[in-house]
Amino acid sequence: MAVLTYLTKAGGFWLLGHVDTSERVDAALSVLPGAVVVSIVAPELLNGGPSAWLGAAAVVLLTRKTGSLLAALVGGMGVLLAVRAVL
Amino acid sequence: MSRDTDGRWPVTFTVDGAWEGFRRCLPVAAGVGGYGLVFGVVARQSGLSVAEAALMSATVFAGAAQLIAVELWADPIPIVAVLTTTAVVNARYVLMGAALRPWFARLRPAHAYGSMFFLIDETWALTMGELSEGSGRGAFMLGSGVAVWLFWVAATVVGASVGAAIGDPSRYGLDFVLPAIFVAIAVGLWDGKSTLLPWGVAFLVAVVAADVLPGRWYILAGGIAGSLVEVVRVGR
Repeated sequence: MAVLTYLTKAGGFWLLGHVDTSERVDAALSVLPGAVVVSIVAPELLNGGPSAWLGAAAVVLLTRKTGSLLAALVGGMGVLLAVRAVL
Repeated sequence: MSRDTDGRWPVTFTVDGAWEGFRRCLPVAAGVGGYGLVFGVVARQSGLSVAEAALMSATVFAGAAQLIAVELWADPIPIVAVLTTTAVVNARYVLMGAALRPWFARLRPAHAYGSMFFLIDETWALTMGELSEGSGRGAFMLGSGVAVWLFWVAATVVGASVGAAIGDPSRYGLDFVLPAIFVAIAVGLWDGKSTLLPWGVAFLVAVVAADVLPGRWYILAGGIAGSLVEVVRVGR
């Protein structure tokens, strides 16, 4: 299981060194990080209800205003817990 | 391989870079620690000893795959089922490793392949944000990975030791830590209006795929769908 997991982690990196990348692959790779991150949170966020939506909005605002991950986390969780307490 | 060689910034592999990754990843590592507690509890309930759970966390270092593996756990261990699910759940790492290529190809192979062990969703996303800004800190993922690894293994031990006494993590809002981290990371990766369409498609596809596909396939489905949108857009 450890070996297999490492192989998936290193496999993509290795593979791309052995094929020629085209403009299309470059385009795909340029948006891939954001698309994957959005995909990771999308279902959980959508099913999280209003507390998660407002918490996420607070995280977006705080990240843009302060640039600090810690501030965004603390603020987002504060909003989430507050909304849960009210609803 | 123009992407590997025409870089405008040099990519270095330094202690400073690793330290920056370690420091910046600490809040994330603490959040992953909450998830590690859950894994420890579940692993213990599935019949793993504290040492076995810690060993799995230390060597596999992939949260979702580990959680699913211990849920399948039985005596004797269903090796084929565990390995198949591991491969399926981890398939997204192939894409993530590929996306690191432009920077990591300029490192010594030992550094690059050593760093790949520390590739998980969180460290990868932070590292992509860091490297796309042009810092050239090639050791960033190693440093951030070490931070998460320490919390992950320690939390596994605590979770497996104290077990169910912790109670429901959602009472403290801990269930929101990881989503919040990814939302913050997404804000950092936002690249203006052109990002909206691929991200919107990724969001929709992921939500639908999470309903119809097992495991973590929805991450791969959403990521690929978003990328394809961009390929079509550039191709026109």
